[in-house]
Amino acid sequence: MASIELKNITKVFRDAKRKRDLLAIDDVSLSVEPNQFLCLLGSSGCGKSTLLNMIAGFEKPTGGSVTVGGKPVDGPGADRGMVFQQANLMPWLPVWENVAFHLRLKGWRKADRRAAAQEYIDMVGLRGFENHFPAELSGGMSQRVGIARALLLNPQVILMDEPFAALDAQTKMDMQEELVAIWQKQRCTIVFVTHSVDEALVLGTQVAVLTSRPGRVRELIDLDLPRPRDITSQQFNDHKRHILNLIREEGMQQRREAKAEVTAEASRQGAAA
Amino acid sequence: MRAIWKSWERAVVPLFILVAWEIVSRSGLLPAALLPPPTVVLHAWGDWVFGFDETSQGNSGRWLADALSSAMRVAAGYGIAAVSGILLGIAIGWWRWVERTVEPTIQMLRPVPPVSWIPLAIIWFGIADKPAIFLVFLGAFFPVLMNTIHGVKTADRNLIRAASMMGATEQQLLRHVVFPAALPSIFAGLRIGIGAAWMLTVTAEMVAVKSGLGYVLWDSYYFLRYDLVLASMASIGLLGYATDGLIKLLMSMALHWQHGSTLQSREG
Repeated sequence: MASIELKNITKVFRDAKRKRDLLAIDDVSLSVEPNQFLCLLGSSGCGKSTLLNMIAGFEKPTGGSVTVGGKPVDGPGADRGMVFQQANLMPWLPVWENVAFHLRLKGWRKADRRAAAQEYIDMVGLRGFENHFPAELSGGMSQRVGIARALLLNPQVILMDEPFAALDAQTKMDMQEELVAIWQKQRCTIVFVTHSVDEALVLGTQVAVLTSRPGRVRELIDLDLPRPRDITSQQFNDHKRHILNLIREEGMQQRREAKAEVTAEASRQGAAA
Repeated sequence: MRAIWKSWERAVVPLFILVAWEIVSRSGLLPAALLPPPTVVLHAWGDWVFGFDETSQGNSGRWLADALSSAMRVAAGYGIAAVSGILLGIAIGWWRWVERTVEPTIQMLRPVPPVSWIPLAIIWFGIADKPAIFLVFLGAFFPVLMNTIHGVKTADRNLIRAASMMGATEQQLLRHVVFPAALPSIFAGLRIGIGAAWMLTVTAEMVAVKSGLGYVLWDSYYFLRYDLVLASMASIGLLGYATDGLIKLLMSMALHWQHGSTLQSREG
């Protein structure tokens, strides 16, 4: 079974221009059981995409280990599907060829690829658009193609990097509902990066609230809200209030630290002068 | 009315030039031998093509053979340039070590005008097709190469990420992602290259070959047949226009996915 294990992950970025190291992720441990829907929630720059890229295999942790289904991750691979912030479709291929792209890599015949793509094109509601090119699709439709592509790859793990961030509110809501339906049907494990508290609470079975600079897991919250999630319910709002408080505390602490740093810097410069 | 105008649109400027030229040359402003009017040029050209009254003397009826031998040289040199330019361009754009080892040499050879290779080309290949093909190759190779490198380097990294997430090997990335992504740039290079190819085949024929449109042009100049000089120039222009049209057609078929998303796709 595909469970994801992040053990004591640290990531240090080397700032070559200023000749100093930047601690981006500090000792993050997370474990995602099969068929879970984990949302990584945090503000921009907290390292949530970096964590996701480590599971994907695009980045290597400075310390710690990442395993998927018990196997250490040492590069991108077809056992994990990824849906990006932009759909990243090949603009020269029609929708169905994009969905079945990895079958093209495997050398499948055209008719077989076409047939295999259809099921997932139907699943994401794109019937009738099979022969459109990406330039002819709206943002929401492109993202649906990206999801269908990840599904046809049939991985047990799907990684999603703010896939709905660029969509309008109505489309975003529809897509979230459909994603939950697909997840329930496919019984896959999803790690979903987002900066929206509402989105995390609508989608996840677990929400990991991350702090920023360095990124740490502030709190891992299990959600046992009934589906479909009612964003006006008491329970939903209790969770939301709790998370917003965490984020606010975090922000205040950061501002205090930033202020202290500025004062310290000023006094150093004062002493030097 | 609009439709009729549209179909004649592209003929307006050439027609205007022809009429003005005819008037100037018949007015006696210049001696008729130095600037033959279009009708005279057309007459000589007609005889060169069909051989009806020997106006073009030894060239009478030999146009097709001349045009073909020029076209074959262009095709051979351009074909070699296109294939090698695209392959080497992809390698330089993709692998840093190829770029480091090969690019400085290429960039040093590139500013050397292809024409300056003529002496060496004649010594190496003699007076025949080969030096012309070599020059055509030199002229077309660099534009194709430079544009391919540019196309590969500006390929969207995210597409490469997406494909490697789906298990693509390096070879598959090159074939299924990098090459198609670079194709618009490659075609830009191919179109610049075809112009250079015609330019150089004519130049080579003037000095190193004894057949083809460029040879007729230079030969007619020695015999003061300016009507034939002009007919050769017009022939080269027409053939260049036709080959460019062919490449454009190929391009619109290969890049049909851009339809509706670029300015270029608005062209009729």
